[in-house]
Order: sequence, then structure tokens, then C-alpha cells
Amino acid sequence: MFTILFDHASELFSGLGYTLGASFIALIGSLVLGTLFALMEIGQHKWVRVIGRAYVEVVRNIPLLVITMGFYVIVPMFIVQVDGFTAGTIGLTIYTSAFIAETIRSGIQSVSSGQMEGARSVGLTYYQAMFHIIFPQAIKIVIPPLGNQFINLVKNSSILAFVAGFDLMYQGKIIANSTFNTFDTYLAVGLLYLIVTMPLSYLMRFLEKKWKTA
Amino acid sequence: MSMIEFHDVEKYYGKFHALKDINLTIERGEVVTIIGPSGSGKSTLLRTINGLERISSGQLIVNNFDLADKKTNMNKIRKNVGMVFQHFNLYANKTILDNITLGPLMVLKRDKAEVEKEAYDLLDMVGLKDQAKKYPAMLSGGQKQRVAIARSLAMKPAAILFDEPTSALDPEMIGDVLDVMQTIAKEGMTMVVVTHEMGFARRVGDRIVFMADGQILEDASDVNGFFDHPKEPRAQEFISKILNH
Repeated sequence: MFTILFDHASELFSGLGYTLGASFIALIGSLVLGTLFALMEIGQHKWVRVIGRAYVEVVRNIPLLVITMGFYVIVPMFIVQVDGFTAGTIGLTIYTSAFIAETIRSGIQSVSSGQMEGARSVGLTYYQAMFHIIFPQAIKIVIPPLGNQFINLVKNSSILAFVAGFDLMYQGKIIANSTFNTFDTYLAVGLLYLIVTMPLSYLMRFLEKKWKTA
Repeated sequence: MSMIEFHDVEKYYGKFHALKDINLTIERGEVVTIIGPSGSGKSTLLRTINGLERISSGQLIVNNFDLADKKTNMNKIRKNVGMVFQHFNLYANKTILDNITLGPLMVLKRDKAEVEKEAYDLLDMVGLKDQAKKYPAMLSGGQKQRVAIARSLAMKPAAILFDEPTSALDPEMIGDVLDVMQTIAKEGMTMVVVTHEMGFARRVGDRIVFMADGQILEDASDVNGFFDHPKEPRAQEFISKILNH
């Protein structure tokens, strides 16, 4: 395994870079999109709720691979040429955003409705109450499930391998095919994924503890 | 102009008729207690006054705002009409001080130093000055409710609504909260109080309203007279149940 790691260090670390890049972009993107759709799902107008709900239900019930292929194959046919990395990252963002929307929605709804009423009763607007009272409480509740989503996201970024996204999994496939040392290669790849996901896991646990006390 | 005017107000939840033909006028400075069996519409009635519930038909004027009009900005009414809840509804993520100052800072856009000074004065009045930096979870129920009262007073409202303010409290906590409410009443605040505290209704209330099945069955200015000789059979039954338990 170490032979593979050293002999193919440049490819593997370039792959790790792409994996990190895609994960980081998708994490930010899906958090923003997910929050937006969570707010829509509990929105004050019926059609807003319907759109939010429909997005979440459609997206989370389609396999990630199908969504990603959609961006890699269908979008270039009609709209604009995209490379594998872009298509994969967009697919990953969209897919994860549906799960994050559900996580955040359930977090918001688990904050007692009295908190919203208390805030509205002094004249705060819906969005002021959301931002200053509900959100800060919901965040604490959703940190652990959100951590799961983030870790899944990093691992799911291996989808880029299927659309030539130059990520860790893609490089692993190429190395395995050229060296025929499948076992060691994927062991090395697995190790590199762990190097990304373990600190993320601990970061989320740290945040969970830190915000619990406040 | 009266502070609060209900004219022929009806409220439905789907098919359920929650408020039936409500006609009620409350003057500025009046302390009105609303009593009645549970499910009689007391809380619903109270919650329509600051727009937490919308009325289905009729006319409801609060502090010169027309609440039946969809164009009326509810936040403007809520700025002027405070509310104290059964379960306090203090902001769990804010300190006691911030609970009180949030409204004046965000809604009234007032100066921070000034608002904080007033908040400390209010906390002093409700006997909780030393709790300012704590979070609601660290306080007892009675303390939380006194903070909630201070929070609504900080907005300098024209009226305060109390929705069973002592129902969730341990018996030994109730007195402190009722004392604070009595102080506010003496200072001339318009108060509408849904309560099961008959002693408070007698001592502090200028008027008593008895509700059952979504209707106002009795509306008496002679509070002691009402308790001694309720006119309606439903009120007689209710009073005897409460006084003889």
C-alpha cells in the first residue's frame, strides 16, 4: 500500500485536492440551497411550500448518479458544455441540498412554536424572529444530523469518478487499472478519504459540545 | 375611542365555531378578567386582540387599528399590545436582559444604553435585577413569568394581554406574579387577563367576563356581585365547582 502511496503520490494528492474542492464547494452550496428550501417548506404562502416540498421530494428520491449524469450528459446537450468536475459538483450540491433542507426544516420545527409567538408578540417580523430567535436554537439541534450529511457529502463526492471529475476515486481507478494492484490502491484511497472525513467528524462533535452549553 | 372593540365577531377553525357573536368593549385603563371552562374560547378571544389569531367575520378595533382589514400591519398592533403567555415563551437563546431589550431595540429602534437602563429598572420592579445575565432555563417558572411581564412592559404598550399567566406555575410562585400584575394594574395599564385565579379577579379586576362554548354569557362590572350571585346557570355551575373543590 505504501508503495502505491509513494509511487503515485502526485496523482493521489491531486485527486485529494479535487475531492476537497468539490466537497467544499458542494458543502457551502448545499447548505445555502438547503436552508433556502427549508425556509420554503415552512413558508407562509401555500405555493412557496409546495415548491419547496416538491424540490426536496423529487431530488432526494433520485439516485445521486442519475442527477450527476443529468448534468454531465443532458445539460451539455441543450444548454452549455460542462466538464466532469463541474457537473459532478453541481450534482452533488443539488442532491445533498435536499437532505440538508429536510434536516434544517425538522430542526426549525422542533423549536417550540411558543418561541415564534413570543417574538411575534413584541412586534418582530417573521424573518426577524426566524433569524434572531428560531435559527440560533435550530442550529444547535441540527448540528449532529448536519454532520452526518457533511460526511456523506465528502464520501459521495466519489461520484465525480464516473464523470471524469479527476477526484480521488477517479485517480484510484486509473492507478488500479495501470498497476493491477487493486487492493492496495483502494486501501490507500480509503485512507485518504478518512484523512478528510475524520477531522470533519471531530469538528462537528466539537461544535455540538461547544454550542450545547450556551 | 375605546381601547378594544369587538363587534359581532365570529371565529371558525374549519367547521369548528370557536367564537360566537362576540360583542365586547374594553376602555383604556380597564382591567378585565375572562373566566370560563376550558375550551370555551377564552384564549382564542385573547389571541385575536393582537392578531395571533385572525377573526373570520365581524369587526375588531384595537387601539384604533382595524384587525379585520387584511391591509392592517399586525406588527404595528403588536408593538402597542403586549402579551404574556402561559408558558412564558422567553427566548431560550437570549439572556434575561436581551429578552427584554430585543423588542425595543429591533422593533422600536431605540438607543441601546437607554433601553438597557430601562430594562434594569423593570427587572428591579419585578424583583429580578440580579438575574439579568442569566438564561431563561436557569430561572424558576415564577421568575420567568415576571421576566415575561417585564419584556412586554419594555415596549411601553397601550395594553397587555395575559393568557393564563399563572396556570403553569407551582402554587408558591403564583403570588409573586399576581403581585406584579396588581402593581401594573394600579398604574393604569389596560389589561385583559384570562385566568383561573378568582381571588385576583375579585381584587384587581374592574370587570369580569364569563365565557362558555365560544360565547360571552356574562359581562359584569360588579365583580363581587358576579361571584356571589352569577345570573347564568352555566356561570353558577362553574363558580360553584371552583369554589367548592
